[in-house]
Amino acid sequence: MSKQVKRLDRVIIRFAGDSGDGMQLTGDRFTQESAAFGNDLSTLPNFPAEIRAPQGTLPGVSSFQVHFADHDILTPGDAPDVLVAMNPAALRANLGDLPKGAAIVVDTHDFTARNLTKAGYAANPLEDDSLSEYAVHPLDLTGMTVEAVKEFGLSRKDAARAKNMFALGLLSWLYGRPIESTIAFLQKRFAKVPDIRDANLAAYRAGWNFGETTETFVVSYEIKPAPMPVGTYRNITGNLALAYGLIAGGVQSGLKLFLGSYPITPASDILHELSKHKAFGVTTFQAEDEIAGIGAAIGASFSGSLGVTTTSGPGIALKSESIGLAVMTELPLLVVDVQRGGPSTGLPTKTEQADLLQAMFGRNGEAPVPIVAPRSPGDCFETALEAVRIAVTYRTPVMLLSDGYLANGSEPWRIPELSELPEIDPGFATEPNHVVSLRDGSSLASSGQVSPSTNGASADEKREFWPYLRDEQTLARPWAVPGTPGLEHRIGGLEKGDGHGNISYDPANHDFMVRTRAAKVERIAESLPPLEVDDPEGLAKVLVLGWGSTYGPIGAGVRRVRKAGYHVAQVHLRHLNPFPRDLGDILERYDKVLIPEMNLGQLAMLIRARYLVDAVGYNHVRGLPLKAMELAEAIGNLVADAEGIEVDLSDPVDATTSGTAGASGTSGTSSTAGDQR
Amino acid sequence: MTTDLPQPVARSGIELVPTLTDEAAPLTGKDFTSDQEVRWCPGCGDYAVLKAVQGFLPDLGLRRENIVFVSGIGCSARFPYYLETYGMHSIHGRAPSIATGIATSREDLSVWVVTGDGDALSIGGNHLIHALRRNVNMTILLFNNRIYGLTKGQYSPTSEEGKITKSTPMGSLDHPFNPVSLALGAEATFVARTIDSDRKHLTAVLTAAAEHRGTSLVEIYQNCPIFNDGAFDAVKSPVTRDEAIIPLVHGEPIRFGAPGADGSGSRGLIRDPATGGVKIVEVGDAPDQVSADDVLVHDAHSPDATTAFAISRLTDAGRLHQAPIGIFRQVSRPTYDDLARAQITEAAAGVTGSRSERLAGLIGAGDTWTVA
Repeated sequence: MSKQVKRLDRVIIRFAGDSGDGMQLTGDRFTQESAAFGNDLSTLPNFPAEIRAPQGTLPGVSSFQVHFADHDILTPGDAPDVLVAMNPAALRANLGDLPKGAAIVVDTHDFTARNLTKAGYAANPLEDDSLSEYAVHPLDLTGMTVEAVKEFGLSRKDAARAKNMFALGLLSWLYGRPIESTIAFLQKRFAKVPDIRDANLAAYRAGWNFGETTETFVVSYEIKPAPMPVGTYRNITGNLALAYGLIAGGVQSGLKLFLGSYPITPASDILHELSKHKAFGVTTFQAEDEIAGIGAAIGASFSGSLGVTTTSGPGIALKSESIGLAVMTELPLLVVDVQRGGPSTGLPTKTEQADLLQAMFGRNGEAPVPIVAPRSPGDCFETALEAVRIAVTYRTPVMLLSDGYLANGSEPWRIPELSELPEIDPGFATEPNHVVSLRDGSSLASSGQVSPSTNGASADEKREFWPYLRDEQTLARPWAVPGTPGLEHRIGGLEKGDGHGNISYDPANHDFMVRTRAAKVERIAESLPPLEVDDPEGLAKVLVLGWGSTYGPIGAGVRRVRKAGYHVAQVHLRHLNPFPRDLGDILERYDKVLIPEMNLGQLAMLIRARYLVDAVGYNHVRGLPLKAMELAEAIGNLVADAEGIEVDLSDPVDATTSGTAGASGTSGTSSTAGDQR
Repeated sequence: MTTDLPQPVARSGIELVPTLTDEAAPLTGKDFTSDQEVRWCPGCGDYAVLKAVQGFLPDLGLRRENIVFVSGIGCSARFPYYLETYGMHSIHGRAPSIATGIATSREDLSVWVVTGDGDALSIGGNHLIHALRRNVNMTILLFNNRIYGLTKGQYSPTSEEGKITKSTPMGSLDHPFNPVSLALGAEATFVARTIDSDRKHLTAVLTAAAEHRGTSLVEIYQNCPIFNDGAFDAVKSPVTRDEAIIPLVHGEPIRFGAPGADGSGSRGLIRDPATGGVKIVEVGDAPDQVSADDVLVHDAHSPDATTAFAISRLTDAGRLHQAPIGIFRQVSRPTYDDLARAQITEAAAGVTGSRSERLAGLIGAGDTWTVA
């Protein structure tokens, strides 16, 4: 039977099942297939904090959403076009996110009285008309899987476990995904257990074949590859890109990487990844607690390595005093905070960006720390390198604020050429930098490096090393590592005397040093490129300013507003401290500034305080990325306000991109109208 | 799942640290003295320890720039400022973790931690026990004065119960730690106790500690003349010390007290079959005495720490009248830092190409596709 192939420009699929159903793997494989096919894509894994929440219950539902398209997209999408639900709880937990007309592929196997009750259903929704607004495909996925793998002699339980691969095979057929990468993946993953391997392969192929032969699906879909800049690509999650960025930072600076870390969701994958790369000279130290993790990293930095610590918000709270020590001792250090919902233990597996003020101010005393934040999963690589550049160049701890969405979400990433990466020079001190008179103890010369030829010490002079003599341009102090003869020195948490670095309780010195540490961090702004202002016609009166992982939703929201014919500008900050030099001027050019954040207005507070700009917040803390469509409405309202016009965003979708987005068999307008070019 | 790790190579704690060349003039205590004015209270036991350390460091023959002292917070924590080596005066209780980073990233450094009873056993207790179990190559000098000095006289985790201090006007309620028992319980491979005023013993113990590969914990009884004066008089006074000190010397019977008929101490330790521990007995040939042949011979190298622990329990938890002094335990076990470096070496074996080439290979691996 030859089937009709329909072309779509993009689709959002959500795979949902029990925590033990392998939904994350299924979503990840579908993503890899789509990446290999050349679609642009963005993903949103969503799973409970419990490793195995009670089976069949709503809290136990785990899901993976993937948005793939024939054009450049920015977000995993607000609402799925297709839901794959492996049990009643998965259906019930996700139904509310579906727009009318969405397709539901549901495994009927678990729709028993017991499981329906567990999920809170009084009646079987597949048997009444409660799903009439959707295109429902009830299939006994489990039963078909067991049948497909029976030749391998597995227990019924083990056989049924391959149902996620059956579902993956079916969806792969439906959307014309290439299957080679998943076959290779399964062969490798289960190489040591041949019967499990063969069962998974058989289930995967059976799912594909079922799609091709069944009359349930009369149409399959085609989503053409997206045009992307020339280059070699791979799909990458934020945590993996961040780990690679740290390794690259070590290579580009010629420093050994030392990670001191304590496991914490959602940052642990960085520790896991780096521990695989010892061949790069990477040392990973799983410490007894968060404080020891950063302590060891500081010790490693003092010894001439690139010290790194990775954690999430609660860990930052524990590390605060140690970060202060790194500020005082002016040692290079990277502090990675993969933010999650707070306060306290909060929402360990959900995303949030509410640690900005903690990063900025969460220490005793005036303890300025540079802050950078990546905007997308792939951007974690470049941002990690930038954090290394700042830490090494300015001899300072640097805070990198990722978040749970970036950490686990993925996107196609253009693999950079090594020539594109910055060279980072640690510039270790090797010689004394100061000459004193032996007659009266007065300073005769000070410099970054006192060379023997020009400043050679005579009989009544002594050459010394002053650990707090600063580079005039960067205000950085010299980094002299143990083992360097003649540069023996002591540093610590007590206030240091300017230059010589001995303990000083002098009031004027303390005032000077506090201001100097602040000036040093402010000096970083001189090394930053001008901000990119996205204001195509230069006619916008409203600026949307963001930071971190809201880049996707903001970009999608802005596109939607523009598509509807209105003007809006967008600026996204990578550097949160110091702010880029041109930010103040840019803010002044716009009548209204909107700052969307997954917190209650932390960047907004900093912007208002620093620039006296009456910025407006757009704030959600739902543990999920901002929804582009809702954000577009907020932008539209502000545009209406600023320009005194009516703004109507109701039909931004043009003819070429409308139509069914999935296996619904019904036509209709896509509900997820952000992310249009 | 577990895997076999490399077995220890018998090495000194300072074997990989560069030494002075034969031609170089030997260093003296003065070379290890910084230009900073020492600011402990007059009569503080810390002075004696500083002098002993400055005096004995040259004997190690190491290059000065390859020695690092790390401290936390407390009176003792000022120690690094007074030594002309590399040093860090860090934050309260965290010195062992910082030293772990130093020792793990650099095999060519001799790493020392200076800490006190509050720093090591109260706020930093967690880091201490984990450094000991990991056996990171460092020497920890634990200055125990059984009081908080820098915060002006509150009781510490080693203070005796019922101690009247500023924060405990009706007497302290906490039961104290015995630092040696704690260290032995934390799987330490080198545990010793010495006294600030006994420079010869202090120097001998420090030398053994420096040469031990792994974490060496040295508890130093240190007098605080301001807030806890006389806490260790029993082991310091010429009148009482022979009765108070139970000297531990590897391979020697543990005898102390006034000389008996055979010229050795009239008292000794034997195993106590009733408790499984050890007990103090009169040594001699009388019916109510125990034969000198039956006295316990100290074995610091025993793989089993049980006897060392039993001996450590003879320390008074209350006012100090009696304490074993010497090296309780000195055994060889692979160090964390050596193992960590060995894994890096193993991972790098057979790897070809520059770091840059390998980086390109790493980030370019996996399922990739090319857009032309």
